[in-house]
Amino acid sequence: METIITLLIGVLVSVATYLLLSKNVIRVVLGSAILSHAIHLLLITMGGLKKGGVPILGGKVETYVDALPQALILTAIVISFAVTAFFLVLMYRTYQSVGTDNLHEMRGTNDE
Amino acid sequence: MNNILVFPMVLPIIAGVLLLFFRSNPKVQRWGSILTMVVVFLISLWILEKVMDEGILRLDFGEWAPPFGITFVADAFAMLLVTTSSLVTILCLLYAAFAKDEKREKFFLYPFLLLLIAGVNGAFLTGDLFNLFVCFEVMLLASYVLMTLGGEKKQLTEGIKYILINILSSWFFLLGIAYLYGTLGTLNMAHLSQRIAEVGQPPLLTTISILFLIVFSLKAGLVLYFWLPGSYEALPTAISALFAALLTKVGVYALFRSFTLLFYHEPSITHTIIGVMAMITMIGGSIGAIAYKDVRKIVAYNVIIAIGFILVGLASNNVESIQGSIYYLVHDILVKGLLFLMVGTVIYLTGKTRFDQVSGLITNYPLFGWIFLITLLSLGGIPPFSGFAGKLLIGKGALVAGEYVMVAVAFLSSLFVLYSLLRIFLNMFWGETSILKKNQIYLSKGMLASCLILAMLTIGLGLGMSVVSPYVAEAANVLTNPNLYIEGALNND
Repeated sequence: METIITLLIGVLVSVATYLLLSKNVIRVVLGSAILSHAIHLLLITMGGLKKGGVPILGGKVETYVDALPQALILTAIVISFAVTAFFLVLMYRTYQSVGTDNLHEMRGTNDE
Repeated sequence: MNNILVFPMVLPIIAGVLLLFFRSNPKVQRWGSILTMVVVFLISLWILEKVMDEGILRLDFGEWAPPFGITFVADAFAMLLVTTSSLVTILCLLYAAFAKDEKREKFFLYPFLLLLIAGVNGAFLTGDLFNLFVCFEVMLLASYVLMTLGGEKKQLTEGIKYILINILSSWFFLLGIAYLYGTLGTLNMAHLSQRIAEVGQPPLLTTISILFLIVFSLKAGLVLYFWLPGSYEALPTAISALFAALLTKVGVYALFRSFTLLFYHEPSITHTIIGVMAMITMIGGSIGAIAYKDVRKIVAYNVIIAIGFILVGLASNNVESIQGSIYYLVHDILVKGLLFLMVGTVIYLTGKTRFDQVSGLITNYPLFGWIFLITLLSLGGIPPFSGFAGKLLIGKGALVAGEYVMVAVAFLSSLFVLYSLLRIFLNMFWGETSILKKNQIYLSKGMLASCLILAMLTIGLGLGMSVVSPYVAEAANVLTNPNLYIEGALNND
């Protein structure tokens, strides 16, 4: 199971890298979102995808799932949600004021 | 239980949320935020004294004993930085209060500044690696907003780059955390240190440590500084001063913490890489500092040179050089804030950004001119000012470690700092005045006062070395003896 998830993470990261390197701003935002999904999957995989019971004392199960990675992911998801939302709004605002959604046309300023 | 430890982080958050309700009343916003930071400063001063008396203090959130819960750990190093950054924040807020940028004040400038400080103080205090990530994100989200607040074209396009590079570095941070948790099964920093010491840092852990090196270098602007000059240039004065004083320093703090507490077993690999990176940073920064005529670019590159210089201390890795780095870190937080305030004020007064377009400012604003001279001497490391002690100790420590090339590069870069700023001073402040008395823009006393106080602090820090030295010695002592930190952070009794 871990191997399959790891392969999936690899696919997600490569897709995200492709998107991040493109010129269109929407693709960049989507790329950053997919990148964060990949890392969330990695976090839960690193904790081990064991089949075990709910980590509450007094249950009838012998093995427990490690609860920490899930807590970490929950936090990371919230953070990446906030960042993606902000990023999306910023991209839209930039599109409004610069008048282009092409990153190449936005780059640099003419100084010196 | 030392519940007081949470205040440097929680007070700014509470105040920030409360200030949201006073949108239409800029006076409440200004003085409310300054008052909050004064209280935070006094509290952190008190904690610093307590740490000096009683050793490392710890707060376990929700009574979860470490290593299972999240802890705040205050040692002298962390508290020294919290105190200094709170102090510099007060002065930047004071400047902002008198600069009266009402367009931004209406859109929650002060609440976001307070949230930024909450993130910074949290990052200094936390004893948990994942919590460090969270505090970084709190700080970064606030900085994204501050970066783009105002919505000028330049801010928006630079903001995109800034956010993207930080999303990437946060991604690497999570990657490092995932790997570290996968291999060691803990994220409490003291506990991590213990476990790494038990297994003696095998190559796998050294590789993970390099991942962390990349992450913190991106935040600190060590080699990976390409995002820095552009984004700092686009900011309004008070915000840019705060960014220059604090944001990169949090990265430097994280580098020091992780490479003195966690990954200190293979200095021949990690610390050598840090040394090379520090040298590249100083060389690149020096080239940048003399390449431009735009004063904002010049000072932004000065930030980069200072980062390289501080990291020379970490690369040399002995008590003396680390003491030097701590001195220099404290000095740099104060004086970089001052430098950015000064340069922002010059642009506000003249409306020009290039140093060959203005001259003779010292005739119009004599006190202001002298403060600029003090700033540049202090940055160059001239004796009576605060930069000297740090430079001396870092140089001495690096010589003891036998890093002759690094010392040479470091001190040459100081010359470049001096030269690049002297060029601004000679062109803009000396010579025939280009502003007629009647066209002169009035420099408000409050703005001048915050610069003046910072300048006096840099003189005071330089002359009062004996007052600061016990704190620095204690901070360096904990950094060089990880067992002290582990004892303080894990001991349950």
